[in-house]
Amino acid sequence: MSNLVLFDVPGPRTRRRMVVVNVVAALVVAGIAAWALVLLDRKGQLEPAMWEPFAQPRTWTAYLLPGLLQTLRAAGLAIVGSAVFGLVFGMGRLSGSRVVRWVSGTVVEFFRAVPVLLMMVFFYSGIAQLRVVDPPDVPLLAVVLALTLYNGSVFAELVRSGVHNLPKGQREAALVVGLRPSQSLRLVEVPQALIAMLPAIASQLVVILKDTALGAIITYPELLDAARRFGSGNGNMLQALLIAALVFIVINYALTTLAERLASRVGRLTAGDATAEAPAMAATTTR
Amino acid sequence: MDEGYLDQFVSLFDQYDVLGAFWVNIQLTAYAAVLALVIGTVLAVMRISPVPSLRWAGTTYVTLLRNTPLTIIIVFCVLGLWGQLGITLSSDFQTNFFRLAVLGLAVYHAAFVCEALRSGVNTVPVGQAEAARAIGLGFWPAARLVILPQAFRGAVAPLGNVLIALIKNSTVAAAGSVAETSGLMKTMIEFRPDVILAVFLTFAIGYVIIVVPVGLATTSLSRRLAVAR
Repeated sequence: MSNLVLFDVPGPRTRRRMVVVNVVAALVVAGIAAWALVLLDRKGQLEPAMWEPFAQPRTWTAYLLPGLLQTLRAAGLAIVGSAVFGLVFGMGRLSGSRVVRWVSGTVVEFFRAVPVLLMMVFFYSGIAQLRVVDPPDVPLLAVVLALTLYNGSVFAELVRSGVHNLPKGQREAALVVGLRPSQSLRLVEVPQALIAMLPAIASQLVVILKDTALGAIITYPELLDAARRFGSGNGNMLQALLIAALVFIVINYALTTLAERLASRVGRLTAGDATAEAPAMAATTTR
Repeated sequence: MDEGYLDQFVSLFDQYDVLGAFWVNIQLTAYAAVLALVIGTVLAVMRISPVPSLRWAGTTYVTLLRNTPLTIIIVFCVLGLWGQLGITLSSDFQTNFFRLAVLGLAVYHAAFVCEALRSGVNTVPVGQAEAARAIGLGFWPAARLVILPQAFRGAVAPLGNVLIALIKNSTVAAAGSVAETSGLMKTMIEFRPDVILAVFLTFAIGYVIIVVPVGLATTSLSRRLAVAR
């Protein structure tokens, strides 16, 4: 709706002028795209030999699909882990005990501030050192742990913000009918907050899926790693990476669309006009 | 955890330049932030313009870049642009990798800058524009005096979040062979596996020290600049 703010409804003269501008702009955009294609063609990147391997089933069954499977496996485990972590620490931040609140707050803010890649590298070496896991499982565990700690912290913030945004009457009514504060939190407030969180959760799933690609840096054989191996073996790295990116884009676009659908529907399911979004970094420790 | 452990840990700092590695990340962030702000502003103008073809191009860019993992973009810049197409941004090997990583970070975060700016414009109620037109202001005066000042204030908080994400994401430059903190941490852990926890905590707390003040600053700035409605 931003157009409504900046631009008035166009009159006949403006509409004629806009048609001209529109055509010129379209030509410029198409020109840039054509220029890029010409440059690629001059370097021989559009040769059928560069793209043809991706039409062969073996490329998919031996490289890309196993990689995608590993990506989805890491993302799935990390989603489950983050949900548990987020619920525990989100409720911890809302607890009646000051100590529990402080500890949960510190943990959540710490893991939100540390880059996920640092955690992955640390867990990768640390778990290998402990020698309690089979060496082939170490990269997966490192990816899942790092993603769980970061995204779990984001989920914890979402739980808290969702509960804060509920109308006060929900808690008051729960206390009046005789529930203890912890029961009110568990049975009345958090379930409604979870529904309000759904759109934010769905868009966080995109973040989790994208961040699994960091696993390629610590030798986890996911989609990016598979594409890189295939590309360096066949001399079409550029094309392989583009295809891998395209797979990510398709999945993430579907998730984003789902998030938008959810956002327009959840309003009816909670009391009041409840929403949830993760607050800015460290913004809430002072409150 | 006797004194020996601490001594061994401290001696690591003589051999490795931890502050230098953090400086590389700060430089990556600074250059990428400026470039991303420029590209993101152009995209935001395209997306809110009344020209359908520009809007379409801006939306397509944001959809594509926002849904691609940053790691793929950085690897693409190094192995695709440099490795396969032979595009160099500097004759010096290390500088070339650094600039390619900055390029990757910038084109990725530009999509988020665009969305942050757009959400700033969306915080301005339509009544403001209608009132501006009603008192006779044309397009440029209304935009300059009434709408954009409010839009920029509304964009401070989301832009701050993008900056924080960019600081943390600068570590992904390791995928583009840039010598920065995550790579140095890996080297230090491999050299001294016995002090792994202390090494990790040092780097982690380094990021907390950088990120938390930026978060506090942008939050207080956005509250101070908030338009009372």
